Amino acid sequence: MRPAAKTQEQMIVFEDVSKFYGEILGVNRVNLSIAPGITSLVGPNGSGKTTLMNLMTGLLKPTRGRISVLGTSPDDPQELFRKVGYCAQFDSFPRGATGREFIEFYLRTHGCTNRAVENLTDQALERVSMSEAAERKVAGYSKGMRQRIRLAQSIAHNPAVLILDEPLNGLDPMARAEIIRLFRQLAAEGLYLIISSHILHEVDMMSDSVVLLNNGYVVAEGNVHGVRDEIEEHPMQILIRCDRPQHLAARVFEQDGVVEARLHDDRRGLFVKTRRPDDFYLLLNRVVLDGDLQIESIAPADDDLNAVYQYLISSDGGRG
Amino acid sequence: MSSTVESEALLEKNTRETQWGLWVQQTLAILRMEVMKNFLSRRALLIYLLAALPVFLLTLLALFPPDADEFGNFNELSIIYSAIYNALILRTVVFFGCAWIFMNLFRGEVVDRSLHYYFLSPVRREVLVVGKYLSGLLTAIILFGLTTLVSLFMLYFPRFSAESVRYFSEGAGFGQALTYLGITTLACIGYGAIFLIVGLFFRNPIIPALLIYGWEWLNFLLPPLLKKASVIHYLHSLMPVPMSEGPFAVMAEPTPAWISVPSLIVFTALVLVLAGLHIRRMEISYVGD
Repeated sequence: MRPAAKTQEQMIVFEDVSKFYGEILGVNRVNLSIAPGITSLVGPNGSGKTTLMNLMTGLLKPTRGRISVLGTSPDDPQELFRKVGYCAQFDSFPRGATGREFIEFYLRTHGCTNRAVENLTDQALERVSMSEAAERKVAGYSKGMRQRIRLAQSIAHNPAVLILDEPLNGLDPMARAEIIRLFRQLAAEGLYLIISSHILHEVDMMSDSVVLLNNGYVVAEGNVHGVRDEIEEHPMQILIRCDRPQHLAARVFEQDGVVEARLHDDRRGLFVKTRRPDDFYLLLNRVVLDGDLQIESIAPADDDLNAVYQYLISSDGGRG
Repeated sequence: MSSTVESEALLEKNTRETQWGLWVQQTLAILRMEVMKNFLSRRALLIYLLAALPVFLLTLLALFPPDADEFGNFNELSIIYSAIYNALILRTVVFFGCAWIFMNLFRGEVVDRSLHYYFLSPVRREVLVVGKYLSGLLTAIILFGLTTLVSLFMLYFPRFSAESVRYFSEGAGFGQALTYLGITTLACIGYGAIFLIVGLFFRNPIIPALLIYGWEWLNFLLPPLLKKASVIHYLHSLMPVPMSEGPFAVMAEPTPAWISVPSLIVFTALVLVLAGLHIRRMEISYVGD
């Protein structure tokens, strides 16, 4: 997925993995290698995001193929969950537990001493800003608090891999920003974060790479910009803010790859669609050097996850 | 995510991690959590009511003594208790109590959608089966053991307190009380294993539980060989006061204690192995549960 050469022991690997629920397809022929950093699983409901996460953690068994998480099979929970923390989407808790008890029980299954349990619980609660509510019953928590306590539980044992299914659901904007900051911090510490989300601009903001899923197939994977570059059937859209957009519109068709030029509504910019963006930027340099134009800004208009998502998933999409 | 405190904690953690030591610790952690749930959750209310039923009836009997001659005769009380124990405590309270406790160990978690927390912990699923089974066993033995003893004392002491003190301190009473307690424990062990696996295999375990109930009740009509395929047969063989099973009963030699007790324990071990094999392949989706 990313260029750094890593062994299977250092990656999360799916080899030709398929999962069928009876005759219903969960995911099909998935081949992935996930490296450290934030990897987002993106796709519409039913595309297979949660299935992939559940397969990775052994909650589901693959119908075919092999999965390895840093060299460990999901069939070996004792080894797997030393390395992995999973914040699942199921919004339910053991009956009667307080936030602290919920985390402490989990740490005890790791074989931690009482002192370690206490220390690690305090640290986890602090990281998700839940220290003050820790002694209250989880049943009385708001949705956002329940989300945060689940997150605290999944990070409490300091896992190397953190799998988070829609972790920002139910959080207010402040909490979202705080949690995204935490994810970035964890990724900077070398963790593998695998996050599913349907809020594309947030995914775009925090992800090192994305896996786009549709109908159980991996449609595209990699860096968002890299994925965008590979979508050849949709020419790249660029917005140029300048003083004389009409003049620029006349010049852009000097280049073969340009398929469309359209004035911005405020008439102070030009949208250009080109199949050869590199050549277009060279042309733009020439126009500027000729002194014909004062340019304020140049920015790709559809080089974000939202556009990539629309191109690949809203249309039929390719099947990988 | 590393700091001095964390490193120390993890180091401390690792020093305790021999394989068996870890499994014991994990079992204890599960036991602690589950026993708390078994006793304190709302589901426990039914068990408390069941466990209190014989005590309540015997209290009524003490407050409003019947005219029947047997109740006025101290020597008849052991036979009366044997009948009450067999029909009410063993076949009703312990049977249905175990059904409720053990079937809910896994089925209840699936209904509550909380089983995945166990599956996402670093615990071998076989260890989870053992931990949950032991928690159910502890709960059942405490509750139904108390029912057995308190019922026994409630039958004896209110009417014949002086004789009862002698009977239980110097006579056969103490031994009998211990035997009944032992039978209750064995019943919890045997029925517990059966209902644990019923809760694992069946989405709606009520029907299998009723079929097992019918099989256990009709045991007296079964031919000797089939009698041995029931828990109640081995428990009856251990009764301190043998009792008639009625005119239609098919007679069979009682199984000696040295066969009954190990048989029930070996049976339980086999059922737990089967549960362990099943749970290793178990998936969680909660869809349709």
